Amino acid sequence: MNEFSIWDILRNLGFGALWTIGLSLTAFVLGGSAGLLVLTARMSKKIWVQRAARGYIEFFQGTPLLMQLFMVFFGIALLGVDVPPWLAAALGLTLFSSAYLAEIWRGCVDSIPKGQWEASASLAMSWLEQMRHVILPQALRIAVAPTVGFSVQIVKGTAVTSIIGFAELTKTGSMLANATFQPFMVFGFVALGYFILCYPLSHYAASLERKFHGSLGSH
Amino acid sequence: MAYSFDFTAVAQYHTQLAVGVGYTLMLTAMGAVLGVAIGTLGAVVRAWRIRPFAQIFGVYVELIRNTPFIVQLFFIFFGLPALGIRLGELQAAMIAVVINLGAYSTEIIRAGIQAIPRGQIEAAGSLAMTRAQIFRHVVLQPALQKVWPALSSQIVIVMLGTSVCSQIAAEELTFAANFIQSRNFRAFETYIVVALIYLLLSIGVRALLNQIGRRFVVKRRGA
Repeated sequence: MNEFSIWDILRNLGFGALWTIGLSLTAFVLGGSAGLLVLTARMSKKIWVQRAARGYIEFFQGTPLLMQLFMVFFGIALLGVDVPPWLAAALGLTLFSSAYLAEIWRGCVDSIPKGQWEASASLAMSWLEQMRHVILPQALRIAVAPTVGFSVQIVKGTAVTSIIGFAELTKTGSMLANATFQPFMVFGFVALGYFILCYPLSHYAASLERKFHGSLGSH
Repeated sequence: MAYSFDFTAVAQYHTQLAVGVGYTLMLTAMGAVLGVAIGTLGAVVRAWRIRPFAQIFGVYVELIRNTPFIVQLFFIFFGLPALGIRLGELQAAMIAVVINLGAYSTEIIRAGIQAIPRGQIEAAGSLAMTRAQIFRHVVLQPALQKVWPALSSQIVIVMLGTSVCSQIAAEELTFAANFIQSRNFRAFETYIVVALIYLLLSIGVRALLNQIGRRFVVKRRGA
């Protein structure tokens, strides 16, 4: 039986935290890109495309992240491919994030007054031009705060991937708790690790929101 | 594709699924009632800056909102026995759900209370309403009314989150799914069926909360 010092525990948790950060960044970048596609589909003029996007969002917002991970994990395995946990984790979280981000951003686009669409349409702009020059620049300003806010959900979501065996912070914590028989201390450190990652993001999101509302108030 | 789907292999376990749904809904209901009660208390204390409770609730809210639910659950179930607090898996799950939703609803309801214009409270005071009457009819009722949609969404999110309680062997829906797939070796079918059950549950719970909101929270004028 190995003896673990507090230093050993912290060092191992640190490695786990690096995987948490890596997975969060991957899910955020890929989920954001996929989310843009879903957003475009959601706002499509073709009814069936719009419905499909709505179904996609509804499904991922209406089922647990854990179920989504299980489905990706066991779904790909059906094709006869052995799925490493990191791949299932990254793919599952990407799908999850894309649905939420698409819905958040749709709210931002919807909040742009209809007159802006009509005015730019009367300037003979195409849909893409309207988006590019009129709608998105305004919608993006509104979208920053909730998007940063959602990144906290992504970081916390990565903890669920411990269940399919991805050795991030929570999984590392579980293994250390079993090895050291000190679950109180280990899970305390794990919680602290997430807090250190999430608190600045939450704080930043809140301050962005205040700033935005402040700038609206001063008009 | 060589694989053929077999959903009857899942259907024969309908009893386990029903029990799982029952526990999931029970956890959600407990969380909703007690969590919103804690949230209301916390929101009042925070909005009116009642020392030192405002600070205590502030720390509680930040700690819970910035850590994953599964870590909170593990801390309660695996960590607390070190302090001599030993909990059954369902008790631990329940406590974790209540604590989690309590923190979120504190923030949500506080936003509602702070959005009440001061003039309304002063106006109510000038109508000789008592403090309790003002709190109930002028502060709490309109505040809850305003944030009810946000609160409903959070309750649904918490319900979906309870799926990780399977990890401490609390017998909710995901636990049933894990049990079934370990018996029939049809993991993919099992998880698809259970995911769809969750989807129906979240649609149903949302509809129910809308109903409750319409009946009790949003009072019609002149009623």
